[in-house]
Amino acid sequence: MATAAIAIGYGTLAGLVFAPPDYQQGDAFRIVYVHAPAAWLSLFSYTTMALAGAIALIWRIKVGFAVAAATAPIGASFTLLALVTGSLWGRPMWGTYWAWDPRLTSELILLFLYVGVMSLRPAFEDPARGDRAAALLAIVGVVNVPIIHYSVLWWNSLHQGPTVAKLGKPSMDPSMLWPLLSMFLGFMLFYGAVLCIRLRGEVLNRERQAHWVREAV
Amino acid sequence: MNGGFWSMGGYARFVWPCFGFALAILIWNLWSARRFLAASQVRTARVLMMAAGRRS
Repeated sequence: MATAAIAIGYGTLAGLVFAPPDYQQGDAFRIVYVHAPAAWLSLFSYTTMALAGAIALIWRIKVGFAVAAATAPIGASFTLLALVTGSLWGRPMWGTYWAWDPRLTSELILLFLYVGVMSLRPAFEDPARGDRAAALLAIVGVVNVPIIHYSVLWWNSLHQGPTVAKLGKPSMDPSMLWPLLSMFLGFMLFYGAVLCIRLRGEVLNRERQAHWVREAV
Repeated sequence: MNGGFWSMGGYARFVWPCFGFALAILIWNLWSARRFLAASQVRTARVLMMAAGRRS
């Protein structure tokens, strides 16, 4: 968590103070320092949730359901952050807060999928059935992840194309790129730390009747 | 930190809310995760105490 705070602190300071304004977008481009890491995390978290759900369903490894349950609220919050910051970036750049653009629409669907997964689990009286249903929805919904990622290439989109994750050289100047990479690292470390805290809670909730919990607590 | 920095080249009303909301999301994540863990620990301790009471 301390490393995450340092990376986010450096990224924020360097992104807001030391990085030069963009020659086209001016200082509004600085929104990228929270928008891009949040959007990346929204996809990473969903993929983690779907993979954990698949592992739990296929190999019957119970901790997979716990990981999927723990990652869902974190991913949902970062999806909301990506949508809100994207909207605030869109207003000065595109002249509107929202457009039914492929990238924006598929990201909004991702938020609905997160909400669906989180709502489905407690909707069943039997928690095991709820876990299985939520995992199944997460796996079905993972088809949306490549759609979000490639939407700017597959369709005509208001959203700009890939800037950092390009094969070859990123099209950003290093003075802008390093703070962004630091923010990516900080957000990922923060996600890992929060996931561990939530996972401890999930495991305790699910296994409190188990013998090993009695011995461990 | 001069006025130019805070005005963000005229984009202050878009840039600062983004960073403010990001900070709020980070704080909420940490707070809710810790609260969730604390509640789980309390519930587990309660179950274990009840189990110990039944045994004695």
